[in-house]
Amino acid sequence: MSILNIFNQVEISHYIYLSTVLFCIGLFGVLFRRNAIILLMCIELMLNAVNLLFTAFSTYMGDADGQIFVFFIMVVAAAEAAVGLAILVLVYRNTRKTDVSFLDQLKG
Amino acid sequence: MLQNLPIPFLVLSFLTILSALYVVTSKNPVHSVLALIFTFFTISAHYVLLNAQFLAVVNLIVYAGAIMVLFLFVLMLLNLSKESEPLKSNWWGIAAAISAGSLLLIITAAFQVSGEAVAKNPVEGIGLVKVLGKVLFTRFVVPFELTGILFLAAMVGAVLLGKREKAGEALISKEDSNG
Repeated sequence: MSILNIFNQVEISHYIYLSTVLFCIGLFGVLFRRNAIILLMCIELMLNAVNLLFTAFSTYMGDADGQIFVFFIMVVAAAEAAVGLAILVLVYRNTRKTDVSFLDQLKG
Repeated sequence: MLQNLPIPFLVLSFLTILSALYVVTSKNPVHSVLALIFTFFTISAHYVLLNAQFLAVVNLIVYAGAIMVLFLFVLMLLNLSKESEPLKSNWWGIAAAISAGSLLLIITAAFQVSGEAVAKNPVEGIGLVKVLGKVLFTRFVVPFELTGILFLAAMVGAVLLGKREKAGEALISKEDSNG
């Protein structure tokens, strides 16, 4: 109950700003970095920003569906990380690099 | 605007943004992974403050416990802990900063224009396991079962991709003999 008392002062707009900033940091990382592992990590960061916003809305609106959705996003993120890292290991095995700018050989 | 906020929220948000920035800017991938784990911990703390206790625990177990350990394993396996990444030119940094900054600007501006948020006061007891379990196993039971199939497909795919193939070995040995 004490937590709720504290957080009557925090509006949902603050959570919107916070998750927007987090999402944009992740986007900047995806655009800027070359290491494929860091790219995957930035994607996880963006997913977490969205999760935070879902949870905030779910709590403020009094609807549990948002948190169920966060649960499903976590499931998909886990599957995505597993397959992405497997692909990454395969790429590294074939090219000895994890640099994504090296992977332009599919260009016609 | 920021002065009225309670101290825990401010400190947590500051730590979250700072560690997220460190994830993006750090040269050493291991430092990036550790900073990302710290970011997940702060986000879990945000969940606790939002009365989403179940999600806080699941976030810790799944993200900080499983996914990031997977990242660390791959990092150690590939021996990328040294600073092996070639730097992009400054143009890339400027372009990426402009893109991300304009997205930030547009979203905040759109939110400002759209006026006050619809939200009321936070509701208690939404994030408990009891409530979430009831919703998950009644209305969302079909998607919940489908995630099992998704996990099976992901597991089969990861094992299949990670298996050492003859073709891959041949490619490596050819490369090694060439260079």
